[in-house]
Formats: sequence, structure tokens, C-alpha cells
Amino acid sequence: MTKVIVQGKARGTVLKTSNPINFLGAVDKKTGIIHDQKYDIFEKSIKDSILVFPYGIGSSVGAYTIYSLKNFNSAPLAMICRKADLTVASGCALANIPMIVVSSEQFDSIENGKEIQIDTESTTVLN
Amino acid sequence: MELTKEEQSALNGEKGDVLQTAYRILLATGEATNAEKLIPITWAHLSGVNYNTIGDAGEEFLKKLSQDAKVKVKTTLNPMGFDFDHILEFDHIDDDFIDKQKSIKDSYIKMGVEPTFSCTPYDIYDLPEKNTQVSFAESNAAIFANSLGKLKTNKESAFSALASALTGKSPYSDLRKDETNSPLTIRMKLENPNELDFGLLGFFAGKVGDSSVNISGVSQPDRRSCKALCGGMGTSGTCAKFQFTDDEETNSEKIDFGKEEMNKIYDELNTTDKGDLITLGSPQLGLQELSDLSKMLKGKSFQKRCMIFCSRAVQHQARNLEYTNEIERAGGEILSDCCTCLTPLIDTNQTDAVTTNSVKGAYYLKNSTGVDVNLKPLSKIIEEDTK
Repeated sequence: MTKVIVQGKARGTVLKTSNPINFLGAVDKKTGIIHDQKYDIFEKSIKDSILVFPYGIGSSVGAYTIYSLKNFNSAPLAMICRKADLTVASGCALANIPMIVVSSEQFDSIENGKEIQIDTESTTVLN
Repeated sequence: MELTKEEQSALNGEKGDVLQTAYRILLATGEATNAEKLIPITWAHLSGVNYNTIGDAGEEFLKKLSQDAKVKVKTTLNPMGFDFDHILEFDHIDDDFIDKQKSIKDSYIKMGVEPTFSCTPYDIYDLPEKNTQVSFAESNAAIFANSLGKLKTNKESAFSALASALTGKSPYSDLRKDETNSPLTIRMKLENPNELDFGLLGFFAGKVGDSSVNISGVSQPDRRSCKALCGGMGTSGTCAKFQFTDDEETNSEKIDFGKEEMNKIYDELNTTDKGDLITLGSPQLGLQELSDLSKMLKGKSFQKRCMIFCSRAVQHQARNLEYTNEIERAGGEILSDCCTCLTPLIDTNQTDAVTTNSVKGAYYLKNSTGVDVNLKPLSKIIEEDTK
């Protein structure tokens, strides 16, 4: 099951984390670098990645962080979650970042570092 | 999600850029919450006010938006970065920050938003009748509204609440529908819990709960503890609602919150045993809390700097009732329009560690401000840090 939250098309390298992301608390809004050491992608940049993470948590202002990342050209190319949350969904909507929600099985099968393509108009959204 | 003809035409841009943007957001959040349609809401509460958090991109976005946008329903506003009445006392805040914060403030006012600058709208206004649909972005306020105010809201994001304010609508998600039983009950096992314990319980519940949890084993806590519970819960996860229940009544999965669970969360958030500054207020203190504080401080003085955050409306009431006299005599600095979380008034150049009773405050002090945190309940702060 794949659900489209924000439409669009992107191709890039997967950056996958098992941690739910608090965009306001954990992501630098200009560079896209994760600055909370509790994350398994600590010190990595989410810029230009296909960011794969369970779901967003924490402050509602995280939506502005996503918008800010886009403005500083540091946003992910697309986001894939296991569960949709309003902060990530609305941030991606305003920033025009394709976002989809996938089943747990699909989520588990996505490999970190692999190149994948998302096209919400295509019958196979994820390739 | 099905849109009406009118909503669809707004989404297509036929009613201007502002509404197109708003409906783009509502469409995404509607899909995210599996809503089948949009429904009217009567009150929006917005986050995304502090220049520290929304930055230049946010400031410019709001400036542009406010040229044409007007809110359609009563709309209130979260805290900003600082208190304009006291900004000159904080000379490390540069002019650029002050200018950008003023621009953000002006943009919201231009859109017709009430400049409440408070994370506790429930302490300022009487709540509307039960089951009224609202859109609250501030997480502690959304949880408070759903759980204690018996209103209906999603745990809105800054943009979904803004879209609700501009359209008067929000997706009809499960949280907005009738009561549903939560699949998870957290059994409170701590005896005589104080507000810090409730904050930690909230943080724990937010981590393990999905959109709603039951909490058993507590009798109705006081307002300070309720607010701490809402604040903690909103910080750690996606949970938007709790209900106090009797353990035996529910068929849900059960998880205990005892000493072990509490200590684990405490150790995650408490990084030092001594702060060089005290902050009270995240969520901002209400009138009853200021009254309690003034009584606790009788004849005592803070031995270190203490910032006390409350909304401007509450500060006015407290001044009229003279609760502020004792607090200020004791050395407390009462600040409005801002709060512990993400205020630039606290930074690593001036401060190494902060003492607070707020779990929510602790999380942001540690992760965003970058200072160490000494977490202890108010009673202990009064005992150890006043004379």
C-alpha cells in the first residue's frame, strides 16, 4: 500500500533512519544536518536525499523547518514515511517536496544508500 | 479526500494564491489523516512566531502572505522570541533579530490574528462548548483542548493551523470524530506524583502512544500537573489526546509507568545537578500558578536569576491581583509573549545550565538552545534555590 501525501517526482539516494524525526529539534534549518546525537543519522545531511524515516514528531513548527530547508536548497528530494503526520505533510506541501506513506513491509525493504525513484503519477510509485 | 466544487476551484488557484496555498496544505494534511472531507472550525491557534525557530525563510513567507491574506475565524498566536518590554535588558539580542521578530509580529497582526503570544490559549479565553471543532497547532494546547477541554482538534502543524485560519476549515480526521477507545492504557504507578512526574509521564506517553492514550491510576491532578502532562506529551511524539480512566474498565493493551520508566526519561533529559539560571513556564504559567508561586515565595528570595514566563493577559490579571508583588520582591523576572522553549534570551554564551521543572522546556533547552538542564519540581526549586 502506497499513499500519496504530496505529489511529485524525484530520483536520488536513500538516507534511511529508524528514528522518528523532530525537525525543529534535530535538523539544522539552513544546512539540513542532523544535530541531535541520539539519531542514527547524527551529523549526516538530509540535503538532496530521498529521506526515509518512520514519521515526524515534536513541535508543530517543524513544518517551517522543512520550508526553510527548501529555501536554503538543503531539503531532501522526497520523503517516505511509514506513518503520516501533519508537520511533515504540511511542510512538504508548502515546500513542494513529494511525500508518500508506505506499508511497514515496504518501509523495511527500502535499503539505505540505494538509488530509487518516486513518481506519484506512475502506477508504480516507488522504483 | 473529497473537495467541494468551491474548494477544488480554490485549490486550482481560481481564488488567488493565498487560498491555493492554504488548500494545498489542507489536501496534504487531509490525506495524512485519512479524512474524507473538510469541515468548519471556529478557532485556530497558530505556531511559527518565534524568529529563532522559523528563521529568514519563515519571516519572508509571512511577510509575503500577509500582503493579501486575512484570517476567516478567531485566530490566536503562540509565543515569539522575547518580551518587547524587556528587550533592552538583554543586550546580546542583536538588532537584526529584533527587526525580524517585529516583522513577523506585524505580518500576523496584518492578517487579523489576535496577538496573544501565548502557548496557553486555554488560560486566556473561556473554552467554547464541548465538541466544538478548533485547530490548535501548539502541541500542549491541542492536547489540553482534546483531553481536558473536550474540544476537537488535530495536533495541527504550524501550516495546517494557518491553512485552517485562512479557510475556516480542517480535515475531518478520526480525532475530530466521536470518542474512540484508545488501544493503549498507561498505568501510572508513581505515588503522590508532582508536576515533574506528570511531565515525565507525558513524555513517556507521547513516545509509546499513537494518536490517543488512556491513563489510569491518577485522580484528577491540579492544573500545573495537567499542563506539565500536556507539555511533555506534545514534545515526544504524535499523541494528541489522553483520557483518565479506570484501569479495569478498558480492554486495551497496558503499559506501566513506574520508577524505572520515569528514571529512564529523567536521565535522558536531566544532564546536570545544578543550573545557573531558573526558568518557570513552558507551558506559560496561568493565574493560579502565579498565585501559588507568590505564596510559596513568601519571605524568600531567589539565590540565582529566575525567569518566569506567562502570557501578557495573565500577567495583567496577576498584577491587578498583586500576585506579582511577592514574586518580583523575591527577584523573579516576569516575562510575557515568550517562553522557556527556544527563546534567544537564554544562550550558551551567557548560560551553561538551566534549572526548570518543565519537561518540555528541558527537551528544547538541551536540544535546541544547547545548554545543560537540571530538572526538578517547583517545590524543590523553592527549597534549594531560594533563601
